[in-house]
Amino acid sequence: MRLEHFQLIDRVERPDRDGKTIVCRCQVPAESTVFDGHFPGHPLLPGTLMIEAMAQASGLMVLAMFDFRRMPLLIGVDKARVRGMVKPGASLEAEGRLVQEGAGYVAAEGHLTLEGKRVAEAEIRLGTLPFPSESLRDEARKFARATGLI
Amino acid sequence: MADYNQATYDTVADIIAEVSSIDRATISPESHAINDLGIDSLDFLDVTFAIDKKFGIKMPVEKWMEDVNEGRAKAEEFFVMRNLVRRIDELVAQKATA
Repeated sequence: MRLEHFQLIDRVERPDRDGKTIVCRCQVPAESTVFDGHFPGHPLLPGTLMIEAMAQASGLMVLAMFDFRRMPLLIGVDKARVRGMVKPGASLEAEGRLVQEGAGYVAAEGHLTLEGKRVAEAEIRLGTLPFPSESLRDEARKFARATGLI
Repeated sequence: MADYNQATYDTVADIIAEVSSIDRATISPESHAINDLGIDSLDFLDVTFAIDKKFGIKMPVEKWMEDVNEGRAKAEEFFVMRNLVRRIDELVAQKATA
C-alpha cells in the first residue's frame, strides 16, 4: 500500500476474468502519516481504507472485464462491516466478486481477510464510465502491469 | 384507465424516493426523472441498479441516452415516470418470454 497516494493494492494474485472475481494482496505499511492520527500510539488501518481496498480490487476486476474500455468509479457502498482491527505491517487479501452488471454500473461483493480471517466486507457499486482521456487509460494500464493484472 | 402498471409505478417511485432522497409525495406519473426530480447521472446509476435488481432486468439506459443524444428519441420517452414504468414492464415481459 502507498496510503498517501491512495494506492491500496500492491499485487493482483488471482485475476479471473471469466469468473469475474479477483484476489489482490495489500501490504499495510509499517509506517505512514495516516497512523499519526489513527490513533496516536495505537496505529490501526482506518476502516474507510479497508473499504477502499475492496473497492480498488473490484475496480481492477472491472478494468479487466471491460479490457480497459471503461474506468470504474465508486458510486455506492452498502452493508459495510469492519470486523477486525488491522495493524501496520499486516498482509491483507482483498477480493472482489461480480454480483450484478448493468448499463453503466457493476455491483460486487468485497471481502478483506487477514490470515484467513475476514476483517471487512461490503457490497460495492462502481460506475463504469468511458475514460475521459487516453492518458488516464494509459496510467490505468501502467498500474495494471505493475500489479500483475495484465 | 392508466396506460401503465400501478404496482410497477409504486415500486419504481419508492426506489427513486429512497435512493435519491426525494420526497415520495413529489413524484408523479408525469414527473421527468432528470428535469423534474433532479436525478443526476451518478444517482441515476444507483436508481438503475436498484430497479435492475428488483425486477431482474437490465435497463439499457446507455442506449436510451445515446438515442436521445443522437436525436433518435426524446428524453421524455424514457425518463418521464409513466413511460419509464412502461419500458420496465416491457423488459420484464421480454425476460419472461426469453
